[in-house]
Amino acid sequence: MAIRSLASRRTLTGLKETSSRLLGLRSIQTFTLPDLPYDYSALEPAISGEIMQIHHQKHHQAYVTNYNNALEQLDQAVNKGDASAVVKLQSAIKFNGGGHVNHSIFWKNLAPVKEGGGEPPKGSLGGAIDTHFGSLEGLVKKMSAEGAALQGSGWVWLGLDKELKKLVVDTTANQDPLVTKGGSLVPLVGIDVWEHAYYLQYKNVRPEYLKNVWKVINWKYASEVYEKECK
Amino acid sequence: MAASAAVTANYVLKPPPYPLDALEPHMSKQTLEFHWGKHHRAYVDNLKKQVLGSELEGKPLEHIIQNTYNNGDLLPPFNNAAQAWNHEFFWESMKPGGGGKPSGELLALLERDFTSYEKFYDEFNAAAATQFGAGWAWLAYADNKLKVVKTPNAVNPLVLGSFPLLTIDVWEHAYYLDFQQNRRPDYIKTFMNNLVSWEAVSSRLEAAKAASS
Repeated sequence: MAIRSLASRRTLTGLKETSSRLLGLRSIQTFTLPDLPYDYSALEPAISGEIMQIHHQKHHQAYVTNYNNALEQLDQAVNKGDASAVVKLQSAIKFNGGGHVNHSIFWKNLAPVKEGGGEPPKGSLGGAIDTHFGSLEGLVKKMSAEGAALQGSGWVWLGLDKELKKLVVDTTANQDPLVTKGGSLVPLVGIDVWEHAYYLQYKNVRPEYLKNVWKVINWKYASEVYEKECK
Repeated sequence: MAASAAVTANYVLKPPPYPLDALEPHMSKQTLEFHWGKHHRAYVDNLKKQVLGSELEGKPLEHIIQNTYNNGDLLPPFNNAAQAWNHEFFWESMKPGGGGKPSGELLALLERDFTSYEKFYDEFNAAAATQFGAGWAWLAYADNKLKVVKTPNAVNPLVLGSFPLLTIDVWEHAYYLDFQQNRRPDYIKTFMNNLVSWEAVSSRLEAAKAASS
């Protein structure tokens, strides 16, 4: 009995794949929550372990789960040729896909102090920051001010405009990725200013969070991205 | 709009119509201390600073809100003005021992426009749960009809041409301390079941009807 059901399951899968191919369907790639390259408490005292855990396991996980759901619905709508449904799904894809994209970058933008978090950028990125913003302090001041002034939820970014070959500071609302502000923009450093990113520790004092987050910014990663894009 | 004009014309931080611990265990004193004492207070203080010396100074709050909404192309004072208004409206939308089903005319209207209280509950719940990012969910009145509306950030039904009757704040600061681990759905249910002041909704509806006639 058991052997028969095993065989049927395999056959069933085979049948499903064949019929999928015949119908021109392909299975969509789904996404999983990336692991953090450090412990939840490793960014203390700048960002508490409690925040890191909830931010990663609840917020980012929810974006991943909802993104996968939206993609599956999109796949079905595309296959059915239901244009109206496809368009209707765009906001769920932007919210949740954007949330996944942005947070995946964010975890890499952060590093424990003992792994270089907070160390100023060297090399070409350091030079470019001095050129465009006068100094690292100038950049930090600008990003912190724009992050503090952002109304509601969103992100403040340091980006590279690949076309114009210059660094830019910009903000995006909600979970809009930086590319929604310009197709040639590459995110180098993003700072989450949604309340969930700091509330349990800093409460309403977002500027205090912005002052402290720089102590754990991973400039090594930002430099790698910058150098790669500049080739 | 008489009901909304009752919300301050003078940019004052009005205390909620109950002590800060009166909504426990559904909304903690700690939340009220931060949400009213810090967030709401900051909107009022910053608004005062922003309009000082400008042509908006001294104008009724609603005038500032409409003017700075600027048909969606928001002018700087909008956020502080609208958020000052929204929060005062929010505290007055709740009461100790509130929540549950209304009765009388209000229930009849909900049943007329949503087919049942349960359908209204689900629709209000869904709006509050799916307002992405920061924002508010509302019961509003326009063209002799009740409807559920959701708005982003500081936007409210005043600038969308309808009379606000009830609101729930779904900015994360509204529920993040009491409903840990991002449990917005639980916060919304608690609000609906335990906090809504239907008396406030009724009196706002009367004022809205009077203003429309």
